[in-house]
Amino acid sequence: MNWINAIIQGVFLGGLYALFACGLSLMFGVMRIINLAHGDLAVVGAFGVWVVATRWHLSPFIALLLVLPAMLLLGYMLHRTVLARSLRSGPLTPLLTTFGLAIVIQNALLQIFSPDVHSLGSLTGSISTGSWRLTSQLSVPYQGVLVLVVAILLLGALQFILQHTGFGREMRATAQDPETAELIGVPASSVYARATAIAVATAALAGAFLAIHSTFDPSSGPTQLIFAFEAVVIGGLGSIWGTLIGGIVLGIAQTIGATLDPQYSILAGHLVFLAVLASPRGRLIATGTAIT
Amino acid sequence: MNGLIQVDNLVACHGLLQAVRQVSFAVAEGEILALVGANGAGKSTLLRTIAGAHPATSGTIRLDGTDVTDAPAYRRVASGLALVPEGRKLFPEMSVEENLLVAGRRARPGRWTLDAVLTAFPILKPLRGNRAAVLSGGEQQAAAIARALMTNPRVLLLDEVSLGLAPVAVEAVYESVHALIRDRTTLVIVEQDLQRALSVADRIVCMLEGRVVLESVTGSVTREQVTEAYFGLSRVNTSSAKAEHSLGQQ
Repeated sequence: MNWINAIIQGVFLGGLYALFACGLSLMFGVMRIINLAHGDLAVVGAFGVWVVATRWHLSPFIALLLVLPAMLLLGYMLHRTVLARSLRSGPLTPLLTTFGLAIVIQNALLQIFSPDVHSLGSLTGSISTGSWRLTSQLSVPYQGVLVLVVAILLLGALQFILQHTGFGREMRATAQDPETAELIGVPASSVYARATAIAVATAALAGAFLAIHSTFDPSSGPTQLIFAFEAVVIGGLGSIWGTLIGGIVLGIAQTIGATLDPQYSILAGHLVFLAVLASPRGRLIATGTAIT
Repeated sequence: MNGLIQVDNLVACHGLLQAVRQVSFAVAEGEILALVGANGAGKSTLLRTIAGAHPATSGTIRLDGTDVTDAPAYRRVASGLALVPEGRKLFPEMSVEENLLVAGRRARPGRWTLDAVLTAFPILKPLRGNRAAVLSGGEQQAAAIARALMTNPRVLLLDEVSLGLAPVAVEAVYESVHALIRDRTTLVIVEQDLQRALSVADRIVCMLEGRVVLESVTGSVTREQVTEAYFGLSRVNTSSAKAEHSLGQQ
């Protein structure tokens, strides 16, 4: 029973990781940028929701609805001001830029909010603590189901946008061949800016759910970045649903590892990640495929 | 009167190499201009610079009087200039229809809709759902031209549309080009096949090592004259009548 519980918990944890991985995957797929500030942007989102929820005594979910448009704007401006210029300077510059951004964000948050650890779990009431009892030994937490459902909805929405809307087609075309896309009238920088906006908004969404699921503080970003990155690699670059599968595999690896010994949980995740990277599939990933 | 495209003293470089040296010419509305020259003459670079895919080092490019030299490529497309790039360059993981739709999304108003384009290129109709990467060379060329047309351009730049295609496929491509010609679309065609260029175009411009060495109405120039300019024979004092004759056989 312990194992089944672990797997169920792993699936739900995977939903959270998929939420994190989604934005990272999008930015890499569309514009070949590995956003090293992704985890920290998620923490910004978490703090945003926390501030709005505590100051105006709103449910974190309502606060999230208010914070998301602001994060969309933040992502858009981030690209227009910083990332667009970095892209012009070659493939390594965006890496440096986002790394610097990560440091700036962490320290700014530290300055504004102090190192105190926060959580939104207490503000969401029964959602974060309640669960369905399936049997005397198996329970399914409300919150886990919520995160998984949100992840599936988000990924489904992204898949729909990419496959069936004009904007999505432009993103895919720009991802595959930005120069030719410009030659048929698609403004690459505008496409990139909007993709960044979506990526940052999904990061904020993931950050908010992390805050509900557990705790966060100004330095929580890098850990989440690593998990997101591992989920993307395990699931395969360029595949939307691969992101979900990658997240779930990572989550299950961690929870099964935890069942063996709590110390092993994160290590188990790393080992699965390394195993995937060493496989033939890993070599494919290293060459980087566009979002199809 | 200025042409629809007016190029003045255009210089374009690949690093330190000047690929386009002080090129000036004009294309009038409704005209078919053939741009010929050997490999490396600078034809593709010239077209790409006009379209905005390659930066101009100096000189000006005017589209219907407006200076577009520094405008990004997508803005030139919005002003009515479309390039069918060398090598087709379809988006490989997208279907033919999606390739067309991407171009049509921000298109200028005009007669070229998805249905109009598929009717004009019937070869594409059964292929519309297929991934662009699996199309044959001729089919890809048709799709690339169709895609450029979806933007409803005022002037279409065709870069080596017969490159790498079987003769049958080339015939098919030029069939559609003839349809465009009948339609009074302004065309600039880069073509290595002199015979074809002379038969299709109103005017011919020959380039050699980045410069324009011949510019003429196709009616008043012979193949031999173009061939001479093509190979720069008039610059060298060695050609015998025999050599000229066999080269002219091309």
